[in-house]
Amino acid sequence: MTSNVSRWALLSLVLLMMPLGAWADWGALNMPKGVTEISNEVHTLHMRIFYVCVAIGVAVFGVMIVSMFLHRKSRGHKPADFHESTTVEIVWTVVPLVILIAMAIPAARVLIKMEDFTDSELSIKVTGYQWRWRYDYLDSGVSFYSQLKSEHNLARQQGADVDLATAFPGESFNGEEDVYLREVDNELVVPVGKKIRFLHTSADVIHSWWVQDLAIKKDAIPGFINENWARIEEPGVYRGKCAELCGRDHGFMPVVVRAVPQDEYDAWIADQQLAMASKGDESERQWNHEELVSAGEQVYQANCMSCHQAEGQGIPGMFPAIAGSDVATGSIDKHLSTVMNGVEGTMMSRFSEVLTDADIAAVITYQRNAFGNGTGDTLQPSQVQSLRTGMTADNGLTLPSKVASMPELNSNTGVN
Amino acid sequence: MSTSDVTHHTPGEQHDHHDDHAHHGPAPGLMRWVTTTNHKDIGTLYLWFSLLMFFIGGAMALVIRAELFQPGIQIVDPMFFNSMTTLHAIVMIFGVVMPAFVGLANWMIPMMIGAPDMALPRLNNWSFWIMPFAFVIMLSTLFMDSGGPAGGWTLYPPLVLQMGDSFAFVIFAIHFMGISSVMGSINIVATIFNMRAPGMTFMKMPMFVWTWLITAYLLIATIPVFAGAVTMLLTDRYFGTSFFSAAGGGDPVMFQHIFWFFGHPEVYILILPAFGIVSSIIPTFARKPLFGYDSMVYATASIAFLSFIVWAHHMFTTGMPLAGELFFMFSTMMISVPTGVKVFNWVATMWRGSMTFETPMLFAIGFVIMFTIGGLSGLMLAITPADIQYHDTYFVVAHFHYVLVPGAIYSLMAATYYWLPKWTGNMYDEKLGKMHFWISTIFVNVLFFPMHFVGLAGMPRRIPDYSLQFADWNMIATIGAFGFGFSQLMFVYIIVKCVKGGEKATDEVWEGARGLEWTVASPAPYHTFETAPEINPGTVTR
Repeated sequence: MTSNVSRWALLSLVLLMMPLGAWADWGALNMPKGVTEISNEVHTLHMRIFYVCVAIGVAVFGVMIVSMFLHRKSRGHKPADFHESTTVEIVWTVVPLVILIAMAIPAARVLIKMEDFTDSELSIKVTGYQWRWRYDYLDSGVSFYSQLKSEHNLARQQGADVDLATAFPGESFNGEEDVYLREVDNELVVPVGKKIRFLHTSADVIHSWWVQDLAIKKDAIPGFINENWARIEEPGVYRGKCAELCGRDHGFMPVVVRAVPQDEYDAWIADQQLAMASKGDESERQWNHEELVSAGEQVYQANCMSCHQAEGQGIPGMFPAIAGSDVATGSIDKHLSTVMNGVEGTMMSRFSEVLTDADIAAVITYQRNAFGNGTGDTLQPSQVQSLRTGMTADNGLTLPSKVASMPELNSNTGVN
Repeated sequence: MSTSDVTHHTPGEQHDHHDDHAHHGPAPGLMRWVTTTNHKDIGTLYLWFSLLMFFIGGAMALVIRAELFQPGIQIVDPMFFNSMTTLHAIVMIFGVVMPAFVGLANWMIPMMIGAPDMALPRLNNWSFWIMPFAFVIMLSTLFMDSGGPAGGWTLYPPLVLQMGDSFAFVIFAIHFMGISSVMGSINIVATIFNMRAPGMTFMKMPMFVWTWLITAYLLIATIPVFAGAVTMLLTDRYFGTSFFSAAGGGDPVMFQHIFWFFGHPEVYILILPAFGIVSSIIPTFARKPLFGYDSMVYATASIAFLSFIVWAHHMFTTGMPLAGELFFMFSTMMISVPTGVKVFNWVATMWRGSMTFETPMLFAIGFVIMFTIGGLSGLMLAITPADIQYHDTYFVVAHFHYVLVPGAIYSLMAATYYWLPKWTGNMYDEKLGKMHFWISTIFVNVLFFPMHFVGLAGMPRRIPDYSLQFADWNMIATIGAFGFGFSQLMFVYIIVKCVKGGEKATDEVWEGARGLEWTVASPAPYHTFETAPEINPGTVTR
């Protein structure tokens, strides 16, 4: 009777696993080999230790299964009485030790290579923010923020009800691969064949910058700088993610590295430098109200919506509402200082560095007019800029007093 | 109270237990459980408490798996999702596995070493009754405006400092749990050292007693470290210190070092008593003494020692110096040696035995096989260059769930089936027990095995949504989770059925049973070994 239970169970175990296996995506089973020398060596180590484990497993479970079959009371087997053997104990202490030493030597060799940061040809500082990355090309002065692309951001909201498979078919850079949650607005462009040194740090909590194809993962720790390096052998797009829990949107800060030939990279850098130089013009000119509101809506969706929600209603207890809030309907200086400085000890981070003057002016104008707030206020990028120039030295930590001392910002100024 | 009970009895009274019950048996009604100092009552309280928490923690796991059934966010907000992952871990570790082991220690250690009760009965009562309050405080945070803790059970700053008002409650609850664990451990150490029956030498103690003795030392050594770490978080948050803030001269990584100095021995706290349970069960059903008892004791002690020098293998991506990474890689690999010795000894115990496969044996064998799978993936994780790829992915989630669910939890189920007839005097329903084992084993593998795949393919842990490449395996894992979760209702049904009645158990219960607990009546009387049993060199005590 009871062995029937076991037989039925074993059979259903096998039957259950078979269709599941046929149905599932066999492409997503193992660690990819990656595109650097190190990633290939890591993959080799991974496979080698995996086979060692399989061999140990087969041996141990094999003996157990044989024993369970032969040495059962129902077959009339009588128990032996042996219960110790120093020789055997020594053998199964020493043999694993030898296997371990054989594994430890190549592992140590790869590890030493991974930690060799000398002779880099290019340095990129990677700063983690809740929830985006900032890249600073230390050699060329190019810098920008990189975050989840806005259509993904809209699709991943609760109740978005998007058919993800058809909405994000992907560019199929590796067979059938799709790109949902794996695209960013600004990709990290790097040259192939160069030893790139990455410097990791964070502006708020601990993040971890991980690109599997490059076999690099390093924590971004506020106040500290970690090093890492990669030399990418072949051009392509390599996708990664934040690997360390960093708050609400931890799952939504992807990394995209685009490796291109050197000449293409040089051209890209030149373009970026040009774009950065012209950015200043945006904050100098006078914007009209509608322009700011519609630009602000975009900024809001990309930066504010995930906590403060689509209708500005927030999440009670966790994220305050913007609709009808004191900040968004009261004094514009308080509003501006909240956005620029963040609120210490909460997830409201400091946007003074993340957003441009135009973005800040636009999003504040939008927030003060949307969600039924209807204050009719307009904040010009130039006003944000003039405020910012007065606070560069002390990193903006004393902004509120600065705001108070600027008469033109004290009342609802710049109306229309 | 019970200490004076013991002194009331003269050896001659041992035979008339019914009289004892009238005078010194349990107090009637609810107050029996509130005021009890009896090791069996307190053991029972711990076990029911952990069973209840098992379902609370399990419900949280099902929320997680339900959200991960499909890509996209369908059911819960990401903040609540993070609360679920955080509380699931805290509840399962501190509310299920640890109290359940303490419950078993309470029930079994005095009976195994021939002692009338625990050494410190009132402390024992207090250790238990702190726990429900700690968890009421912990779980009440879910109903606060700011939501429950959502920074992960590892409580890494600065993220954890962003938590709302629930932060102080969480720290307070952790202190409560810590006090309970340390007091329980002191009691166990005091009992094992002072209460052994004459002739019960250390090397005659059952493995369960040995593993608990070593576990108790691990707890006493590490829980205060954890308490220190969370207190530093508390002062960083409310009293202006900056232990873990670089801006004030502190270091966020220092928290991780302190936390894992507690956290890694904690891993062995969750598994050493399981080793002891399995070392009792396999010899019973193989009808053959445990192979290599001495080496099992030494292996347990080595594991405990090594567990203190491997902590930073949880931190290979934090930017440690190369020398540190090499040291922690080698020391971590070393742990597999004594662990391997244990597995080999269990296999050698089974070898040429005369095995039967009652439910406790099935769970014990399931433990050995699936714990070994988790151990082998642990060996893979020790290879630092590869670990940097595995770190914080579902591969790690698969690894520690293999050692904790079909590992620690299976040992608890094995122990329950093994000793339930001794506790209740009734046999459980063997057919249902076997069904429980097989259904659980199928679903637990459907649940956790695919996590290896998605982890290796690049899915990070603690995310509420994922890219479409991981969709199939996540769906399978969720099916496994619901199957496993609901099949545990069978476990409750079997226990309740057994408590209510059933075929009467003999004193020995199992044909091959070894040890003093099988020499007392079934059910075990309220007081046992009021007179110390006679232990000669030839007495089988393990």
